[in-house]
Amino acid sequence: MRNGNSTPMTADAKAALKNVGLSRRGFLRTAGALVVGFSVAGSKSPLAAQTAPGTVAANQVDSWVAITADGTVFGYSGKCEFGQGFSVVQRQLIAEELGVPLEKVWLTFCQTGLTPDQGVTSGSQSHIAEFGPAGLRQALATAREALFQMAARRLNAPVEQLTVEDGVVMVRAERARRVSYGELVNGGRYNMTLNAAAKPKSPREYTVLGKSSPRDDIPAKVLGSYEYVQNIRLPGMLHGKVVRPPAIGAQVVSVDESSVAGLPGNVKVVVKKNFVGVVADRDWFAQQAARLLVVTWSTPPELPAFDDFYQYLRTVPSRDTLTVLNDDVDQKMGAAARTFSATYNHPYQLHGSLAASCAVADVTGGTGAAAKATIYSATQGVYPQRDSVANVLGIPRENIQVIFAEGSGCYGCNGNDTVSFDAAILSQAVGKPVRVQFSRRDEMIAGENYGPAYTIDLKAGVDGQGQIIAWTYEGWTAAKGGRPNANNPGNIFTGELAGFPVPAIVPNSNPARPTGFANNGNIASSYSAGCNPSGCGGTGTIQSERVLTHTIPSPFFTGPLRSPARLQNTFSHESFIDEVAAGLGQDPVQYRLRHLRDPRMIDVLNAAARAANWDTRPSPKPGNPRTGVVTGRGIGLVLYEGDNGYCALVVEVEVNQTTGEVRVKRMVASQDSGPISNPNGMRNQMEGGAIQGMSRALFEEVRWNSRNVTSTDWTRYQVYTYGQFHPVVETVLIDRPDEEHMGSGECTITVVAGAIGNAIFDATGARIRQVPFTPARVLAALRARP
Amino acid sequence: MPAVTLRVNGESHTVNVDDLEMPLLYVLHEDLKLNGPKFGCGLGQCGACTVLLDGEPIRSCITPASDASGKNVLTIDGLATAAGPHPIQTAFVGEQAVQCGYCLSGVILYGMTTVDKNPNATEAEILKGMDGILCRCCTHSRMVAAIKRYQQEKRA
Repeated sequence: MRNGNSTPMTADAKAALKNVGLSRRGFLRTAGALVVGFSVAGSKSPLAAQTAPGTVAANQVDSWVAITADGTVFGYSGKCEFGQGFSVVQRQLIAEELGVPLEKVWLTFCQTGLTPDQGVTSGSQSHIAEFGPAGLRQALATAREALFQMAARRLNAPVEQLTVEDGVVMVRAERARRVSYGELVNGGRYNMTLNAAAKPKSPREYTVLGKSSPRDDIPAKVLGSYEYVQNIRLPGMLHGKVVRPPAIGAQVVSVDESSVAGLPGNVKVVVKKNFVGVVADRDWFAQQAARLLVVTWSTPPELPAFDDFYQYLRTVPSRDTLTVLNDDVDQKMGAAARTFSATYNHPYQLHGSLAASCAVADVTGGTGAAAKATIYSATQGVYPQRDSVANVLGIPRENIQVIFAEGSGCYGCNGNDTVSFDAAILSQAVGKPVRVQFSRRDEMIAGENYGPAYTIDLKAGVDGQGQIIAWTYEGWTAAKGGRPNANNPGNIFTGELAGFPVPAIVPNSNPARPTGFANNGNIASSYSAGCNPSGCGGTGTIQSERVLTHTIPSPFFTGPLRSPARLQNTFSHESFIDEVAAGLGQDPVQYRLRHLRDPRMIDVLNAAARAANWDTRPSPKPGNPRTGVVTGRGIGLVLYEGDNGYCALVVEVEVNQTTGEVRVKRMVASQDSGPISNPNGMRNQMEGGAIQGMSRALFEEVRWNSRNVTSTDWTRYQVYTYGQFHPVVETVLIDRPDEEHMGSGECTITVVAGAIGNAIFDATGARIRQVPFTPARVLAALRARP
Repeated sequence: MPAVTLRVNGESHTVNVDDLEMPLLYVLHEDLKLNGPKFGCGLGQCGACTVLLDGEPIRSCITPASDASGKNVLTIDGLATAAGPHPIQTAFVGEQAVQCGYCLSGVILYGMTTVDKNPNATEAEILKGMDGILCRCCTHSRMVAAIKRYQQEKRA
């Protein structure tokens, strides 16, 4: 460990650097021996439970928290750390609810057989899950009440007279009468189910949560010692590479193993239906073998043309879904004083994680009941992966352990499950541990599940006072697969290659009439009242709507990518409300406020506008010349998923009307996600969301030819990089200690494209309705100006 | 079997590489078991594999190991000493300038050498020095703040 104190450091940095060098798995091996108190997963110690594959009972307190004789607290959670900063929040929650120092709290997350099955870490659901009735907080509240009852018996004092400080329970008026948690649980066991009546602390009482505790993972990351999944090295481990079809849909005709005979590295070729891979004793040799292996593939049908894909989306039989249907919408639209309509296009986009995805699998015993597997994976869901891998390998799921190890930035269903399947198949074939790391090309061509393309028609009718009285949304998108689960290994590319079916998109042009209002996909706008038969659930005032989505089969695998569907839909809504406001000569903020009824939505919008010193006036900006470099500002707003985080964003841009280049100068983001757990962590998510959203809005687009995706590296899939312009990002946090917890990871990114497009319009008077806003598209929009 | 001798983070190593074209990254990761330099693209396009070769940042994923023979290689694993973390590392912790952190070899080493060569570099010059480095979590704001903090502490 290299962490001396001779360097000037902040107190936070010192505290954070203290534990540098302890890898989590290394720590567990040490920690297991310490545990004499609470058990994990029934009667086993953490060490024993770690090696016993199986299921952890999420309704048992012992599954979530263990306290050792010296008062060290071990938390167990199904919510993983990807660099989003949620592990320190979970440690803060444990310290807070139990009343123990943060330094004494350790957290283990996402290992089958050791941590509770909480599904996937995704969808900005971690706060909702862990602060909800079946999560970590309720387990802790149950544990604390039990500890207080034990202390009451030991100290012979009523529970009401007790308090806890630093893990020591004492009689409030007689502090010498005290007993530590460690003493209370020493030799004892819990065997309790989560008690729904146990009362967690109110956020108003928080002393640990609500503060910017530094993240646990950062010191080791900056020292270069952090153990990512890419760095896992097992004894006897071999290296695998995959050989993917050269065209989407191509099937293996033959594999010529002699083409790699004699190459260095003890090369072995593995074929399983259309899955082809190689294993060698060094990564470099596996890479050479994968490059040289001669495989004959069938010629599949051509892909739909890239250039008119948005039109193609409208021509294929689709599965249709209605989100809102008000029967008077056509009548209201027909009676409107004025109508507006526009079409917005959003491309397929990549997660484009910086690392090529990697996994290490150790499968022994071949297949069947005697076989076993251990998989180190950066998956979002260790249990769903275990259950789907069981199907792929033909090994009972209780014989499989999936251990999470962080990869590079995870923005959804990226390549981590796919590469885990690859490693598992190769390891099973060779009977040794195999590490697979994709090439950049493997990663970008169907290694991951793309965020899908959308084309969206919007129409609005306004009355004589300019109030919107009718709104229709009709969107077309494409889907294939998704996250893998027990029944659908074919949801990802390797599952399909290995012979598992991809669930079909079954056309249905007669969608069910919605009863309740669920705006999980932000398919209805922020200005929708969301009125269905059960009532009106939206944040806005528009009561006459039809919101209809068509989904067709996608040529490429698709899946959740940070703000899935919500980002594409919100780009259209936030652009369109601006178009209507501009058409009526109204200020974009004031015009939004006219159509909002949720007070938190109104607050978050005003907060961003105020912090950005919003210039109240209609767009476009008066006086800007039609040549040269001009500036403008735009705004975007959303209640993420209809109930999971309020945010707004003001963007200031500079547009070069000669080159079509857009530079974002400043972004001011506001957010209300209920009680704030860690302000610095929340800001980090908002800042990252703002810039990542900017990258997606300005640069990112998956392209293809008649056979395959052509976005195969960072020159063919452009993203925001260092060396380009560098915007200032400011954040405004709204704390709501009396409200429910909501997510913070995906809100800001959702509104960026709309806000940038609106700022471009403000600067130039040109409306750009297709992401990304490339110089060519901006120039075309400038030419189309009246 | 061809061997190369490298001086990595102050220690000398002789490694059998089998293939003189094998990139330096593979030696650092597989043979020397260093976690710092990382495989991101294998094409020299992202910077995750960055190391200093005789003080200059290079992309170890496209640099043959044999090119480093007899030279000094410094990886981010080697920035800290027994006395403590390198000031640029402290600055990154202080600013909490990390999300996943997979890009840090490139961000830290290009940022650090830009400032070391020109302690009075403007923000624009720092960004130019980091031209082409990728951070896909988009932690740019904090990372630039951390590099500027390092620059200020260096001047002080």
